[in-house]
Amino acid sequence: MAVIRVGSGSEAPSLMRRGRVWKFGHDVDTDVMAPWDTISAPFEERRARVLHIRPEFVEGMRPGDVVVAGRNWGCGSSREQAAENLKLLGVGAVVAESFGRIYFRNSVAIGFPNLACPGAWAACEDGDEVEVDVEGAVVRNLTWGIELRGTAWTEDMLAIVRAGGLLQVLRQRLGLG
Amino acid sequence: MGQTMAEKVLARCSGRADVVAGEYVTARPDKLMCHEAFAPCALTLRRMGVERLADPDSVYVIIDHFFPAPTAAHAKSHSIVRDLVERYGITHDLGHSGICHQVMVEGGHVGPGELVLGTDSHSTTYGALGAAGAGIGVTEMTYALALGELWFQVPPTVRFSLSGAAGPAIMAKDVVLRLAGQFGTDVAQYAAIEFSGSLCAQMGLASRMTMANMGAELGAKFAMFPTEAFGPDQDAEFAAVHSVDVTGLEPQVAQPHNPGNVVGVSAVAGVRVDQAFLGSCTNARVEDLAVAAQVLAGRRVHPRTRLIVTPASQAVYLEALRAGHIEALAAAGAAITAPGCGACPGGHSGVIGPGEVCVSSTNRNFRGRMGSAEGFVYLASPAVVAMAALTGELSDPRELVSEPWL
Repeated sequence: MAVIRVGSGSEAPSLMRRGRVWKFGHDVDTDVMAPWDTISAPFEERRARVLHIRPEFVEGMRPGDVVVAGRNWGCGSSREQAAENLKLLGVGAVVAESFGRIYFRNSVAIGFPNLACPGAWAACEDGDEVEVDVEGAVVRNLTWGIELRGTAWTEDMLAIVRAGGLLQVLRQRLGLG
Repeated sequence: MGQTMAEKVLARCSGRADVVAGEYVTARPDKLMCHEAFAPCALTLRRMGVERLADPDSVYVIIDHFFPAPTAAHAKSHSIVRDLVERYGITHDLGHSGICHQVMVEGGHVGPGELVLGTDSHSTTYGALGAAGAGIGVTEMTYALALGELWFQVPPTVRFSLSGAAGPAIMAKDVVLRLAGQFGTDVAQYAAIEFSGSLCAQMGLASRMTMANMGAELGAKFAMFPTEAFGPDQDAEFAAVHSVDVTGLEPQVAQPHNPGNVVGVSAVAGVRVDQAFLGSCTNARVEDLAVAAQVLAGRRVHPRTRLIVTPASQAVYLEALRAGHIEALAAAGAAITAPGCGACPGGHSGVIGPGEVCVSSTNRNFRGRMGSAEGFVYLASPAVVAMAALTGELSDPRELVSEPWL
């Protein structure tokens, strides 16, 4: 389950995630995260076909679970529903060898933690318990006692996610609260 | 130290003398291009009470993905776009005149050295004119519309030096598919591409647009050709330089379900084709329709195969009509549709069913991309698409096209 850090005196959402691993391969594209004929539908209608290349995923995953993927996760389209679908399903974080660039930016913009962490794919198997510390850029496989360092987010990117996404930053900048 | 094209653009747009790959900047884009995604962006701003955009004159809006509207829901979303274009005082309303990238380029809306952001991943196409074009999602576009700025990492640049003598029927599509096959679809991930070399000098605008367009399939943020007006410094530093000689290259085909799954056409010759699609921002310009017309003029599309031709824009449609290409294709049995994105993303006007095989002049063949998740899409040049329409199977266009087509 997702670990929510509280009592720090801040309302900022924690960027620490803990859950079971769901492993995916290389080059998983945005079309299979958000098929085109679903993208205008409400999330409840989109839900069933998210990542349909692994049909047991949507029903089997529990909120907070972590996707561990290979190279180029989220290659393809600019459709924001790809990252949004994962966030709304309750995926805690995605850890991948590398990301498609628009998908990655969209994830930052909607406040969904994704961490590039070369080596994590080989170090994790389905069902392993992992902890993902986005701020520290660390992935810990708690099942095997392995710790890996990922690519650190910049302070500006972290600030967007801590604010709750880019639209919240926009509201603040426009003085809309 | 010398700067790459990407560094020069991001330096200018962030008010700096120079920037270096790897650093983060806040840049003010020159142009913002929105297709139907303008509706969710502008609706969000409406809900937030934002009544004015940062610079409505820099915004271009076009309806292309679902035109003509295939459902009442799409028609409604188009009405919303129309209403919001008026409400926000968008001066560059491009209506429904074709695929966004084609219309932006043919309308003269993009210039060398400009930073152009679009709500479409194939905004890299603007690199054909020496512009830094990049795709973004709707949340980032909403922010950029309101404030006129966005954060960027200055990308390292990967240079492809292209040379050699292109053989019969070889098109830009074969060259860029070859790059995806040889170097992988993440060769330019988080990076900009600069194309250079003697082959580029032979490439017309249509070919350059095809190459820059599929820069997205190489993972690139920008995919740029130097122009007389704008190029890299002599001593610019590149993260990598890849030299490719196209001499002897055979027509290329990307097999299902990834644009990097590339082989020569001979390796897949004989695969039965249910649908041949000639369309998209990658390959549906006059030159593309012309080569298809050359293959099919005076002949008939194979009875088991349907050929769907979706010109990239209304202007392309008219020019191809006047040149006789549309008549040649229609006489051969092609279904000519209204200009727009059409079947490419699986929207309408030629989606495929379970078990069907489509050979397509488009840019992506992901599982389910053009319709059923049980369908199979092969990406290829317009010459290969036309040849497949003629023979009903994947086959070598060099039998009918004796010259390179760059």
